[in-house]
Amino acid sequence: MSWLKRLTDGLKKSSASATSQLTGIFTGKKINADTMESLEEALISADLGVAASSKIVQELAKKYDGKSGDQDELLDALAVAISNILKPLQKQLLVLDTYHPHIMMLVGVNGSGKTTTAGKLARRFSQQGKKVVLVAADTFRAAAIEQLKGWAERSSVDILSAQRGADPAALVYQSIEKARQQKADLILIDTAGRLQNRTELMEELAKIVRVIKKLVPEAPHDSLIVLDGTVGQNSISQLKAFQDVSAITGLIMTKLDGSARGGALVALAEEFELPIHLIGVGETAEDLQDFNADAYARALLGLPLDE
Amino acid sequence: MFDSLKDKLQSVFSGLGKRGALSDSDVDAALREVRLALLDADVALSVVKQFMESIRKEAVGAAVLKSVRPDQQVIKIVNDGLTEILGGDAEPLKVDVTPPAVILMAGLQGSGKTTTAGKLAQFLKTKNRKKVMLASLDMTRPAAREQLRMLGEQAEVGILPEDDKQTPIQLTKRAMQSAQLQGYDVLILDTAGRQSIDDGLMRELAEIKSLSNPCETLLVADALTGQDAVNTASAFQSRIGITGIILTRLDGDARGGAALSMRQVTGCPIKFAGVGEKLDALEAFDPARMAGRILDMGDVVALVEKAAEAIEEEEAMRMAQRMAKGKFDLNDFLTQIRQLKKMGGVGGLLGMLPGIGKMNKQLAAAGVDDSMIKRQEAIILSMTKKERVSVGLLNASRRKRIASGSGTSVQEVNRVVKQYQDMARMMKKMGSKAGAAGLKAMMGGGSPAGLPGGSSMDLDAMAKQFGSAKAGGLPNLGGMPNLGGLPPGIKPNRKK
Repeated sequence: MSWLKRLTDGLKKSSASATSQLTGIFTGKKINADTMESLEEALISADLGVAASSKIVQELAKKYDGKSGDQDELLDALAVAISNILKPLQKQLLVLDTYHPHIMMLVGVNGSGKTTTAGKLARRFSQQGKKVVLVAADTFRAAAIEQLKGWAERSSVDILSAQRGADPAALVYQSIEKARQQKADLILIDTAGRLQNRTELMEELAKIVRVIKKLVPEAPHDSLIVLDGTVGQNSISQLKAFQDVSAITGLIMTKLDGSARGGALVALAEEFELPIHLIGVGETAEDLQDFNADAYARALLGLPLDE
Repeated sequence: MFDSLKDKLQSVFSGLGKRGALSDSDVDAALREVRLALLDADVALSVVKQFMESIRKEAVGAAVLKSVRPDQQVIKIVNDGLTEILGGDAEPLKVDVTPPAVILMAGLQGSGKTTTAGKLAQFLKTKNRKKVMLASLDMTRPAAREQLRMLGEQAEVGILPEDDKQTPIQLTKRAMQSAQLQGYDVLILDTAGRQSIDDGLMRELAEIKSLSNPCETLLVADALTGQDAVNTASAFQSRIGITGIILTRLDGDARGGAALSMRQVTGCPIKFAGVGEKLDALEAFDPARMAGRILDMGDVVALVEKAAEAIEEEEAMRMAQRMAKGKFDLNDFLTQIRQLKKMGGVGGLLGMLPGIGKMNKQLAAAGVDDSMIKRQEAIILSMTKKERVSVGLLNASRRKRIASGSGTSVQEVNRVVKQYQDMARMMKKMGSKAGAAGLKAMMGGGSPAGLPGGSSMDLDAMAKQFGSAKAGGLPNLGGMPNLGGLPPGIKPNRKK
C-alpha cells in the first residue's frame, strides 16, 4: 500500500488540505448548514467543482442534517459517498489475448504525461510477459521520440518511430502492419499532445483513428485519455472533446503525487461514467497504479486508510 | 451553464427595475452567482472569498446606471475589479541592467518552462534587440536539454554547450561566465521541474538564484491549473521569491482562474501569456481580456458599457438643447469640467492627441493642469444654487465667500466666471447661427473639438469630419489655446 501512503502524503502537503481546515469546526456541535458548507468548500478546494461538490454534500445533508455531529463519522460518510460514485468505474487495464494484437492508444492535451505513461505501461505489460510494440506517434514535440525511446530501451521493448514532423497516421498504419507480422500482443500508441479546442490537431487525431479502423475495424480496443491531476474544471472540456474524436474507453490521471488532489476525477465520473484505470503518484514505473476507489476517496479527504 | 446563470440572475432581479444605489441585497444576490462563476473558472476558493469581500465593499452603495439592472451593474463592477487586480503593477521585463541580465525560469514539470524559455529568447532577440543565451540547468531530464537546444537553434540565439558531468550549480557558474565573456545581454536559465514541489528542488533553485542574482525570476504556470495554483504559487514565492508570472496554454479553452489565484497569492504581475507551440506564440498579458475570460459574462459587461455611453450621449444632447436655447448656466459648465476630468483630465486628453508632447509642457508651465480643474470644480460647488443659475448675482462679497469656501482666491473665482461668460457667449452665437440641429450632431456624435473662434463653420460637416467617436460633450479646456480637433476614433480614457 505504499502508493496510497504516497498519495496521502502528497495530499497532506497542501497547507489547505481538504479536511485540515475542518478539524474542530463541528465536533460535538449539531450538524447544520454551516457544517455542510465547510464540507462543500473542502470538496471545491480539491477540484471537484461546484456542481459535483454540492450534489455530494446535499445527499449527505439529507442523512445528517440536525443530528449531533461526530466529525470522523461524517467524514467517513463523505468518503463513502465519493467512493460510491467512483467504485462502479474502477476497472483494471488489461491486455486481452482475444485481439492479437490489442491496440491501445493514449490521447490528451500536452504535458498531461502521455509519453511517460506510455513508457510505464510498456514496462508493466512486458513484465507481464506480453510482447509490446511502442509507437512514437508524437512526431511534433521536440524530444518526444527520444523520451519514449529511453523508456523502450530501459524496458527492452520494441519501438517504432518516424522522422520528426512525419505524418503520424502513416506511421501508425505501418506500425500496425509491422506489429502484426511480429505477432505482438500489444501495440501501444503514444499520440502528440493537443489542446482540445485546436480543430486542426483534433482532425489529425481523427485521421489516426480512421487509419487504425481501416486495418482493424473494432480498434483501438482501448482509447485512453491521460489527464493531469493538477488541472481543474477544464478536464471536463478535455474529456468531452476527445470523446467526440476518439471514443474514449477509459481514464488515466497523472501527477497526483503533488499537492493537487485531482478531484476533477469525481466530476468526470459524475458526468461521463467512463472506466477509471490508473493513477500516477510518482515518477517511477511502479508509481502508475491501478485505481482504487475506496483508497482514492479517503486520500482525497486526507483520511487514514483502512487496511 | 452560463445561460442558466443569466436566467437565474434575471429571475432574481426581474420586476425590480429600481434605480439609484446598489443595496446590500442587490450585491449579495449577484455575488452569489459571481462566486459560482469564479469557482467554475478554477479560481482558488480562498482567493474567491477574499475577492468577494473587497468587491462587496466597493459595490454596495455604487450607483446603478439608468436602464441597467442592479445585478448587471454588480457584474460590471466585478469585471472592472478583476481587470484592475490582474493588471496591477504591470511593468516590462527589467533586462536593461549591466549585462548579462539573468532571467531565471521556475515552475512545475509540464508547465511549459522550457518552451517558454525559448519563446522568451526569441521575444527579447526580436523585440528588445538583445543578444540572448539559453542555458538548461535540467540535469534530471535529458530530453529537456535536447528540447531547449532545438528551441535555441530555431530562435537562432546562443546556447550553453551541455556537459553531463556538471551539477546545476556548476552549470550556472559556467553559464554566467560564458555569457559575460561572449558579450551576451541576457542569459535565460531554464531549471529542472518536478511533478511536485519538493524540498530538493526548492533548495537547488534558491541556490541557483543567489548565485546568479537574476533581475527577473519568472514562475511559469499552466492556465489549466485548478485549485492547486495557490499552493504552487505561494510555495515558489515563499521559497524562492519571484518577480513575475508567465501563464502558458492560454490558447486552450480553459477559463484560467489560476491567473487570479496566482496574482493574488504572490502579489506579482503576470507578464506574458503563452498562446501556442510556436516560438512567436508569446503575448504581453492582457488583463481586461483575462478578466472577461474568467468571469465569462462579456455580454453583460458590454451591455452596461453601452448603457453608460448612452447616458453620456443623452446628457450631451440635453446640454446641446439648452445651449441652443441660449441657456448655459454654471451647472452646465460644471458638467463640462467634470467630463473633462473623467476623460483623464487635461493630461489624459492631450495624451490622446498625437504630437502634443511639446504643448503639454507649455501648458504645465502656464499652470494648466488637473489641479486647476479640481479648483474650478470647487469654486462652482461653493456657489449657491441660485448663483449657479444666474451669474449676475455674484457681487464682490459673494465672490469673497466663494473664494474662502473653495479654498481659492477671488482672482480665481473671477477667472472661472469670466471663462464661463466667454463660453456662454460663444455658445449663444453658435446656437443662433448654426441652429440646434448642428449643435446636437456635434454634441452627440462628434468629438470634442476646440471651439472655432469664428462660427460660420458648418457644424454638421464638422461632426462628420470628426467621425463618430463618442466623447460626449464639449469639454471646456479652461482658457486653453484652441486644440483643433481630436482625430476620429479616439475614445476618452475613462477614469474610475
